[in-house]
Order: sequence, then C-alpha cells, then structure tokens
Amino acid sequence: MKRIYCLEDWCVNCRRCEVACKTAHSVSHDTVKAYLLEGQTAFSRIHVEGGAELSISVNCRHCDNPRCVEGCISGAMQKDPETGVVFCDQSRCVGCGTCVAMCPYGCVELHVLPGAPGKKGVAFKCDMCGDGKGSFGDPACVAACPSGALIYVDEEPKPEPEPLEEEATEEETAEKEVLA
Amino acid sequence: MLDFTIPRYKVLRDPDLCIKCGVCERSCANEVHHVDMDLHRVVAQHERCVNCQRCVTMCPTGALAITNWPQVGNGTNNWTLQVMQDVEKQAQTGGVILSSMGNPKHYPIYWDHLLLNASQVTNPSIDPLREPMETRVFLGARPARIKVDERSHRVLSELPPHIRLDVPVMFSAMSFGSISLNAQKSLAIAARELGTYFNCGEGGLHSELEGYGSNAVVQVASGRFGVNTHYLQNSAMIEIKIGQGAKPGIGGHLPGEKINAEVSRTRMIPQGTDAISPAPHHDIYSIEDLRQLIFSLKEATLYTKPVAVKVAAVHNVAAIASGIARAGADVIVIDGFRGGTGAAPQRIRDSVGIPIELALAATDQRLRDEGIRNKVSLVVGGSIRSSVDIVRAIALGADACYIGSAALIALGCHQCQACAQGKCNWGIATQRADLTKRLNPKIGAERVVNLIEGWNHEIKEMMGGMGINAIDSLRGNRLMLRGVDLNEKELDILGVKYAGEQ
Repeated sequence: MKRIYCLEDWCVNCRRCEVACKTAHSVSHDTVKAYLLEGQTAFSRIHVEGGAELSISVNCRHCDNPRCVEGCISGAMQKDPETGVVFCDQSRCVGCGTCVAMCPYGCVELHVLPGAPGKKGVAFKCDMCGDGKGSFGDPACVAACPSGALIYVDEEPKPEPEPLEEEATEEETAEKEVLA
Repeated sequence: MLDFTIPRYKVLRDPDLCIKCGVCERSCANEVHHVDMDLHRVVAQHERCVNCQRCVTMCPTGALAITNWPQVGNGTNNWTLQVMQDVEKQAQTGGVILSSMGNPKHYPIYWDHLLLNASQVTNPSIDPLREPMETRVFLGARPARIKVDERSHRVLSELPPHIRLDVPVMFSAMSFGSISLNAQKSLAIAARELGTYFNCGEGGLHSELEGYGSNAVVQVASGRFGVNTHYLQNSAMIEIKIGQGAKPGIGGHLPGEKINAEVSRTRMIPQGTDAISPAPHHDIYSIEDLRQLIFSLKEATLYTKPVAVKVAAVHNVAAIASGIARAGADVIVIDGFRGGTGAAPQRIRDSVGIPIELALAATDQRLRDEGIRNKVSLVVGGSIRSSVDIVRAIALGADACYIGSAALIALGCHQCQACAQGKCNWGIATQRADLTKRLNPKIGAERVVNLIEGWNHEIKEMMGGMGINAIDSLRGNRLMLRGVDLNEKELDILGVKYAGEQ
C-alpha cells in the first residue's frame, strides 16, 4: 500500500506538515481559522522530532499488524481491509489510551474534546487524507513539504546508488587506455 | 561605537493571519523571527533581515511581506540613504564593502532596446509544433573547409573537437565552496537531462559529481584549485578563467572558515587555509603565454576536448578576443558586467566592465572583420534573463549563452545579494549542513529542467515567427533585430538598424 515516508536527509524542521495536517483536519479547512478558532478540536497528527541539524517528521506507519488495533478494547481502532489504512472510529472510542501505550512510534494521541462526557479523551491519528494542495491525491503533509522530505509512495525508499558514467564508446575507451 | 546604520528592510506581519506556528522562525538562518511566548506574538529583529524572502514563501498563511525600512531620505539626490549607509558602514569598520550577485545599478539594459522581427505575407512563418525546429548547437572551432566523400557520406578531413548542446544554454561557472554541493548537483542532473553542460567553477569537481564528467565544463583559474590530469580528462570542455564579469581584474578569496574537509579535498588545499585566487594568472602576461596554457591543456587531454577562455567584458574586449582566437582557443566566453558573483567588492561590481550586449556585438564584428570568426565559438553570459535575451544574443552573434543567476533563481535564489555571508536560507550559497539540505537536488534539477524546456519552446516560437527553422540561421542575423531608444553610436556598435528602418 501507499504510505507516507520521511527522508531525514531532506527534512528541514520547518514543520509546515504539522500546520497542513491541522488545517486538513479542521472543520473550516482554513489555516487561520483552524489555529484561531478550532484550537480545541483540530489537531495535527504528524509531529517533527529533532532540531535544525537533524529532524524527522513522524507519523503513523499504518502497520501491517497494527498494535493499536490489537490493543483496542472497543473496536474503534480498525485497519481497513481494502486500503490498509489504520483509522479510529471516534464514535466508538472510550479513551482508555491502550492504543497510545501500544503504538511503537508514538503516533496516536488522546485529546479531550470540549463537552466530552466525563472529560475523557478520544484517539487521534493519521487517516491518510488525500487530495492536498500539491500533486493530485497527496496527503496534506506531503503536499506541504517544501523540500521533498515527505513522500507518498508504494515501497519504502532505499538509498539511491550514484549515477554511473554514460557508457564510453570504443574510441573513448581506446583514448583512455592511451592516456593511462 | 554606536552603530549609525539603520535597518534596510522591515518585516511586515499581518497579525490577523499570523498563527504563531513558528515556521518563519525555523526558516530564518539570520534569526530575524522569534515566537515570543510572553508577548504571545511573533517579533522580528528587522536589522538582521536580508530580504531573501524564504519566510515569505514558507509562511503557511501568507502573513508576511518584506518592505523597505520606512525611513525617509533627506531629499538630496546625491546623499541618498543608501550612499550614506555605505559611508557609515565604512566609517565604522574601515573595510571594503563586500556584496554579491550582479550589478544592481541603473545602467542601460540594451536587451530591452532590441526588438525581434517576424514574418508577414512575403515570407512564411513556421509553426514549431508542426515542423521540425533545430536548437542544437555545436561549440568549437570550424575548419575553413572540409572534405566529404559523397559516396560513403563520410567527412574525410579531421575535425577539431566539439561539444554538442541540445539547447543553446549552459550553466555558468559556480564553484563548490561558493555554492553548495546540492546546488551543483541540481545543475549537473539538469544538464545531463537537457543535453547541455554545467561548469564546476574553479573549486575542483566534487567526487560525488565524477559521474557527471561528460556534462561538465571544468575550469582552470588563477588559483589552479582542484586541477589534476584526472580532473581535466573527466570533462567535456576545459575553460581557462581569466576574468569574471562581476569583478574584472579582481581575484577571489574564500576564507579559511569555509574550507571544511569536503571543500579542502575537492580544492586540494589544507583544511582551514584561505583559498586565494590571484587577480592574474601568474604565468600569463601575454597572448603567447595564454597560448602555452591552452596547448598544455590540449596536450594533457590529447586534443580531444575544446578549450575555452573566459574573459570579462572590458573596454578592449574585442581586441582581446581576437588575441584569444589566435592563441588557439576553441571557445571564447565573455561575461558581462551584470554577471553574478558569490562575493565581490561592491565598488568593483557596480562600476567595472561594460554591458555584454555591446561587448558581444563588437567582438563578433571584429572576429568577422579579421576573418577568424569560424575559428572560435562565442559564448556570452552575465544578465541573460529569459529566452528572448538568448534569441537577441544569438542574433547579435553568440553561439550559445551561459546562465548563472537565472538557474539559481530557479533553485530558489531571491537575489538578496547576501551570498558572502554564507547563511543562504535557500541552501544555495552556503556550506552549513542544516541549510544545504533545504535544496533537494531532485526538486532543484526538475525546476531547472522545467525552466530551460520552457525557454526552448519560446526560442522555437520566436524563431518560427521569423521564418527560421534552425538556430544556426539566426546566428549573427542582426537584420532580425531593430533598436528602439538608442543613439547613433549605440546602433553602430550593436550593428542594428533603428525600428522603422528598412
């Protein structure tokens, strides 16, 4: 499945992904309103760890065998069998926090929504939103990344090999031998 | 001592839009912005701002803009604020004022006084989307005549070495040290994709760019940094740098602090030592000396690579070019006085040299008059801003153009002229690891490729309009140009007629 990966070589610690995530998960879908009016209800699900020299944007891995789903006592946390996206059905969440404790990446958070009964929190996590402002179908954080550090791809990226010199013609090889 | 200077810029922050996310604070290497949690707002240290516009671009809500410091001048045209600032700065430091990028002063830009022709009725224009259109250029000397075996379609005479450009643009010399490795990589990748060349400058070719040797023009400058046999052989063309448009007659000085392990290895000098490029080549005091170096380099590469000589556009550039052609160079590069630099004394940058348009026209004409134009290709740089400037340059007699500033602008440069401070927020003119990673060569190369492809489309459109289907037919075709708002002398040097003249 397509997942969001962060390439730490290019993460510049600007945290625009956090702003974009919060905006995408606000009711208004407006950055200013999300911050000024929806501070209690709109939350970013992606967080940049580290500082200027080394930073990485961390969010849900949408694991094949998600521990959060395994630990969920109410059936709120689910993995979509078709898309593979791990999501939280907040109407069923009881705020026990097991998923928060079990997630190896720290990518689930509990937030208390205003007017919640018993002031219990509900779980918030990445839901792999799509159609951000960048290329078609990109999640909001990926679309907002200025340096291509966040990518939305099928396979986990491997370090790229150095480009090879174009194949030399016979003449050039002969020349090189002469030069040597 | 009390600092008499006042800030140059002011950060305008729209409080209605600012969400205090801190993106601006983390984006600014000059430490202008600060999210003050006590005041619960973002504050700015305006005097540190260099107007690179990184924060303006990065701000998620568009809350930022940079403006001039609102201080009013005293009304004189002589002692303007800027002039007084320079005096105050020097009174305080006793130093030479350094600046970067190209000459920003209000000298005439002749490109903007040259208009192009188009076909109407009596000669057909060509639609580049329907008919083949050639923008390929070969650089190198042309023999006076060639022998061809017509039966086997083979050229019998031995041809001098050439390089092939699929687009009439190359990326001008910017050394590793003055720009980051990521910036060089972006240009190298773009050059390979476009079928053209980047120039590694005089700082040597970084080991990570070895694989791009066939798209590299390697430079031999007065400091001879990074020059060895492998460097010369792993290239497409060798360029001897005599001068640079932004600072003719001036050498270079990369301070020891910038010579880190990587730069030291590439330049082949000890870490932490100043890299000083002398003003002249100490072994070149005449055309004959230049000839020796040209042929040493040709000898070292077995006469397989063209050798270019780059000079700044100065008063007697045409005569110098004639000498260079006779010294055996295959390509002459002329850099105009608006060409960029990583660091130059401001007075030199702003006052030395001549406009490239006039230098080009004069040189091309002189080489033709002397019957040696075919012996060299002519490449010009320094203030090429768009595809139409390239078309004008080629019509004035250039074979191809070098672009530096335009390529950097494609990479993110906003011409703030603070390269010399080494804190480039766009990751271009810096070696700080946290800043260089802001320039991802993949994205950088894509942007540069987009730019040049766009330009190439435009060049084809303009040529088509003139009824020309190959860029070779446009070269030196000054009848395709008409001048406006130029005096007799200027028209004479440019070799163009006034608009309305038949």
